[in-house]
Amino acid sequence: MHKAENCPACHRQVSDDVLKKYQMVCPECGFHHRLDAAQRIEQIADAGSFKEFSAELCSKNPIELDGYAEKLRQNQKQSSMNEAVVTGICTIEGLEAVLAVMSFDFMGGSMGSVVGEKITQAMFQGALSDSPVIIFTASGGARMQEGIFSLMQMAKTASAAALLEQTGVPLFIVLTHPTTGGVTASFAMLGDVIIAEPGALIGFAGPRVIEGTIGQKLPEGFQKSEFQLKKGFVDAIVPRDKLRTQLSFLMRTHAGVKHEQNA
Amino acid sequence: MNKTHEELLKTSVTRLEEIAISDPRTKERSSWDCVLLSRQQGRPGAATYIDLICDEFMELHGDRTYGDDPAMIGGIGTIGGRAITFIGNRKGMNLRENIERNYGMSNPEGYRKALRLAKQAEKFGRPVVCFIDTPGAFPGLGAEERGIGEAIARNLKEFSTLKVPVLSFIIGEGGSGGALGIGVGDKLYMLENAVYSVITPEGFASILLRDPSRAQEAAEAMKMTARDLKRFNIIHDIIPEVPEGAHKDPLFTANAIKETILKDLDVLCAKPAANLVRYRIRKIRGIGEFEGSEAWWTTLMEVFKLTVDLR
Repeated sequence: MHKAENCPACHRQVSDDVLKKYQMVCPECGFHHRLDAAQRIEQIADAGSFKEFSAELCSKNPIELDGYAEKLRQNQKQSSMNEAVVTGICTIEGLEAVLAVMSFDFMGGSMGSVVGEKITQAMFQGALSDSPVIIFTASGGARMQEGIFSLMQMAKTASAAALLEQTGVPLFIVLTHPTTGGVTASFAMLGDVIIAEPGALIGFAGPRVIEGTIGQKLPEGFQKSEFQLKKGFVDAIVPRDKLRTQLSFLMRTHAGVKHEQNA
Repeated sequence: MNKTHEELLKTSVTRLEEIAISDPRTKERSSWDCVLLSRQQGRPGAATYIDLICDEFMELHGDRTYGDDPAMIGGIGTIGGRAITFIGNRKGMNLRENIERNYGMSNPEGYRKALRLAKQAEKFGRPVVCFIDTPGAFPGLGAEERGIGEAIARNLKEFSTLKVPVLSFIIGEGGSGGALGIGVGDKLYMLENAVYSVITPEGFASILLRDPSRAQEAAEAMKMTARDLKRFNIIHDIIPEVPEGAHKDPLFTANAIKETILKDLDVLCAKPAANLVRYRIRKIRGIGEFEGSEAWWTTLMEVFKLTVDLR
């Protein structure tokens, strides 16, 4: 017996096998289900090419907050991930790239010291190996359990992006559902090219916070990928089955900048 | 209009009477009392300090793209013949002004004005001084439509490589990304009763403690005072206020700020731009607490070598 679930968008029943076959996109309505880092890497990287780095980095409890250490352990156990982002080097259609994939399943994809550090190291790895850096974002924002240290990761990742830019190595961002808060207000908006998956929530303040400010319901589709495209904040919306080819297109068309610049 | 903030201000004022009664010299002020003091209506803001510090000041408006944000002040000031670009969050001194200035909560055009003025300063070799005093960036409809996330992100990136000295002072409320948006620089200072945090204690309490009324407890847990952040090595130093708070004697604090600005600029303006930026990036790059750290310093030096400006 195959397990079947109702699609949260069109409510039709789709079996797990069918969903997997369609890269976790509903074949009926095109709804993009959330992926964890492992699923994403499997879909994007050439088979067997992904080599993780910075995997040993592990969060501390910098502001000594009650319960944070337990919460981390719990998330590590449930997700079989060490942290909310996985970084490594891989090939995509034969081209080398540094790949960072955030996972919303790990503490809401929140950015603490480790996430900030891994994103920074990934960008520098890209600079040193002259490989494009591709980051898939999925985050509720800064990890408030780490207090001011989490806020500072915004500055850290943004300054890493500034350095990466000066080396001439491209940064490609793929915004996935949801990307909000401190991640939106730092490296997620700093790509040379910014792609979004269809229907992703992308914004700074969360919808409920905005509704609280304006005292009314938000219009349909507010802060969704299609809205951000219309407002000019993303370059393109790319459905999941086209991501690999579009990314490899971008890698091919952005090659060689670095060598010319430093010649 | 933000009702919760207005209510907050009301409670702050009541509570302040109690704070004033206890002699601050007899014991360390609690984090929550700092939160209330930092938000107090009538606490000197960016405009007051600019006025007290500068011999002359000319305000410059607008982001050249959309409009002028009254919640962000910017312009050129002089201190003893030295020209400095000043940028600051601008709250109101009373309710009417606060409504006009959106309680110091900027829209994207505020951050874009700040960046425009910072780039202008860079072009003409003027140092930049920022005064931070905001509950946060404005969480409104228009702010999202015009890309508040992009505006802050761009500032973080551009300020981190700005080729002139940048000093930041948190003079009141340092509210999250909205504060950081003008808070990346060579030196960061906090006034004695200022606070700086990733989220408001009210937000922290309602999300993590699942009870907004536990804000007081949250303020302690979050470690958001000048003392905390000095201990964490996030800020360079604490600027003193008179025991009752900066509102009692703005000139005292203004003089301390002025002294710090002049002392720092003497040192920083003498540095070659590349050294300044390299040092700034190294400082930012080193922030974070985790296990399994690598020797990132050599990597950073290698990356510097790949750039045109910083090799």
